[in-house]
Amino acid sequence: MSHTPMERIARATPAPMARKVRGLSDRAIAWIFVAPSIFLLLAVNIFPLIWTIRLSFTNYKVNRPNRDVEFIGLRNYERILTDPDVWATMQATAHFLIWTIVFQVLIGFTLAFLINKKFKGNDMWTTIIVFPMMLSPAVVGNFWTFLYQPQIGLFNYAIGFLTGADPSSFSMIGDVNLAPWAIVIADTWMWTPFVMLICLAGLRSIPDSIYEAAECDRASKWRQFWTITIPMALPFLMLAVLFRGIENFKMFDLVVQLTGGGPGNTTTLTSIDLKREAFEKWRTGYSSAYAVILFVTVFGLASIYVKALNKVKER
Amino acid sequence: MKNSLKYSVAAAALMTMAGTASADDLTLCWASWDPANALIELSKDFEAASGHSMNFEFVPWPNFADRMLNELNSGGKLCDLMIGDSQWIGGGAENGHYVKLNDFFDAEGITMDDFIPATVTGYAEWPKNTPNYWALPAFGDVVGWTYRKDWFDRPDLQAEFKETYGRDLGVPASLDELKDIAQFFQGRDIDGTTVYGAAIYTERGSEGITMGVTNALYNYGFEYNNPDTPYELEGFVNSESAVAGLEFYKELYDTATPPGSSNWYMGENIDAYKSGQVALQMNFAFIWPGVEADPNVGGGKSGYFPNPAGPNGHFAQLGGQGISVVSYSDKQDAALEYIKWFAQPEIQARWWELGGYSALKAVVEDPGFATSQPYAQTFLDSMAIVKDFWAEPAYAELLLAMQQRVHDYVIAGNGTAQQALDGLVKDWTETFEDEGKI
Repeated sequence: MSHTPMERIARATPAPMARKVRGLSDRAIAWIFVAPSIFLLLAVNIFPLIWTIRLSFTNYKVNRPNRDVEFIGLRNYERILTDPDVWATMQATAHFLIWTIVFQVLIGFTLAFLINKKFKGNDMWTTIIVFPMMLSPAVVGNFWTFLYQPQIGLFNYAIGFLTGADPSSFSMIGDVNLAPWAIVIADTWMWTPFVMLICLAGLRSIPDSIYEAAECDRASKWRQFWTITIPMALPFLMLAVLFRGIENFKMFDLVVQLTGGGPGNTTTLTSIDLKREAFEKWRTGYSSAYAVILFVTVFGLASIYVKALNKVKER
Repeated sequence: MKNSLKYSVAAAALMTMAGTASADDLTLCWASWDPANALIELSKDFEAASGHSMNFEFVPWPNFADRMLNELNSGGKLCDLMIGDSQWIGGGAENGHYVKLNDFFDAEGITMDDFIPATVTGYAEWPKNTPNYWALPAFGDVVGWTYRKDWFDRPDLQAEFKETYGRDLGVPASLDELKDIAQFFQGRDIDGTTVYGAAIYTERGSEGITMGVTNALYNYGFEYNNPDTPYELEGFVNSESAVAGLEFYKELYDTATPPGSSNWYMGENIDAYKSGQVALQMNFAFIWPGVEADPNVGGGKSGYFPNPAGPNGHFAQLGGQGISVVSYSDKQDAALEYIKWFAQPEIQARWWELGGYSALKAVVEDPGFATSQPYAQTFLDSMAIVKDFWAEPAYAELLLAMQQRVHDYVIAGNGTAQQALDGLVKDWTETFEDEGKI
């Protein structure tokens, strides 16, 4: 007589334990299964968050274990929100965030639109275009420093070739006006393929029958693009914006490698500033407050955005 | 008889084992650079003599402080011995990271009188100028200058320089002369290649521009605080002469450095110099053995000189490190053995031979030392004029504030030198208030 594995496990369970389990409600059994995940979540996410909030009201410094920790109320928050340098890093982050998203969405969608057409070598071009995002950000940052080199850099040479300007007459990462654009260009080069892939998925999800119906109604290509392609690909575009927005809000490695946050504070993004406060200056209480402010900002903006995304999807 | 012999041998073996300390695996932490490789070579002697084995944890300079201070702050046991930067000594001592070495020095007959005084103050003492030792001076280092002697010796360039500046093209006696020379070479065509004046420290992320600009600031009259009233900053950090020093550094950057050198530190300066891009480079003395050995610029093509004097003084930025025993180590006895071995004059002499800059007087005051290498005399002259950055426990905050203020003015061109130094006074005051120092 053969038994299923479940039957064998049931038979092997000691009688007292079996009685106990049999007495449990479905809800209790569900809790037993989810309890390890909840415990893990509490340990690695919720507890550190609560601890960070607690530290943000103190003058704690992790490198000064012998110093008394004082409760200082909202002083850290006040100092951060009234510090012009912090606002400068916020502005630098906003500039980086907005322009990288604008360029990546425009170029990424255009590339996806072109790649979506059937032509010879389509797969090869897709692979080539996707190549930059396979690289490490630190590597990308490092080699863009060479591309931006005024004397030997290909970027400066190309600009010189196109405009007639002397390639060594400008420094992309040393000039306050150009450095913010230098990091935008490098990030756009690296992450546009990611946006392209998401857009490509969106474009390929549009059934051909809709375009065929539009053709029957004699709708022009232009009209098809604006009334079919864009509305149906919009949720994917918005998803790409959400992913890139969150990623670029915490951008660190590429920019540190490329400019070190300079010249001056021109490309010091909030994540770089926060890291300096927390792990170079060791102002743990202050940086905890800084992290809480950034968390609330990102969480708030992302929540509003996700609601908008859901509305678009429901349409 | 046979049995008693056996027992005697066994007893002798046991006694020997009991009397011999067990062999340990020691880990020494330092920056990843040429001298570290020399130390690996040197330490083989220690392994052979002591029976301990040595492991090394080397971290590249830009991440060295981050990585190692994290290790110390977390009470990590990775490092038994730490060759930490000179500015860490205050934090190492006050936060309990380093073992105090006074008793050990006394017991082993190691005296700080045997070391170059500046290195004792810079690398070993906390509080400064008190006989409380937390490290043994391990590697003397100082910012100095390297120049293309072969270019300086060219008759056509000499003639043109003399005609322009009315003096010979040679080692500059002052910072102003240095600027003239750098400007003279800026954009010049040498053998069909455009070359530039000087590679100077401009790096933003870690400590680069501070280690560079101080060589101008000190010599123009900048003081960290009132020498008579500690932590009184106003009028010393941002004095008129300090402002002039900062303006000098900006002018040097604007008029005599390669395009795109807005974030350069040791490595970039070495590359620029060795590839023939610049006539002069500012750098720590540790690079000089590498310059001498380089096929392009070594073998007599390069010369060395200490940081030139300014209108109000003659100083150079101290580099270098002391070696400390980490208090969290379980192998402190073996680590102290290493320090005892390292302090021996013959080991220090070999350290110098391998490319390590010994701080032991017996080595550097040896009659043959000054002529032992083309840069040896410059090293001695430079070590005689050193000045160091704050070594307070809060040094990192002080350093990052200076990095930001100076880079913002010199490289980004924002505001004036006076505003930059006024801002620095504000930042430093805030830090010292937080620390309860003022």
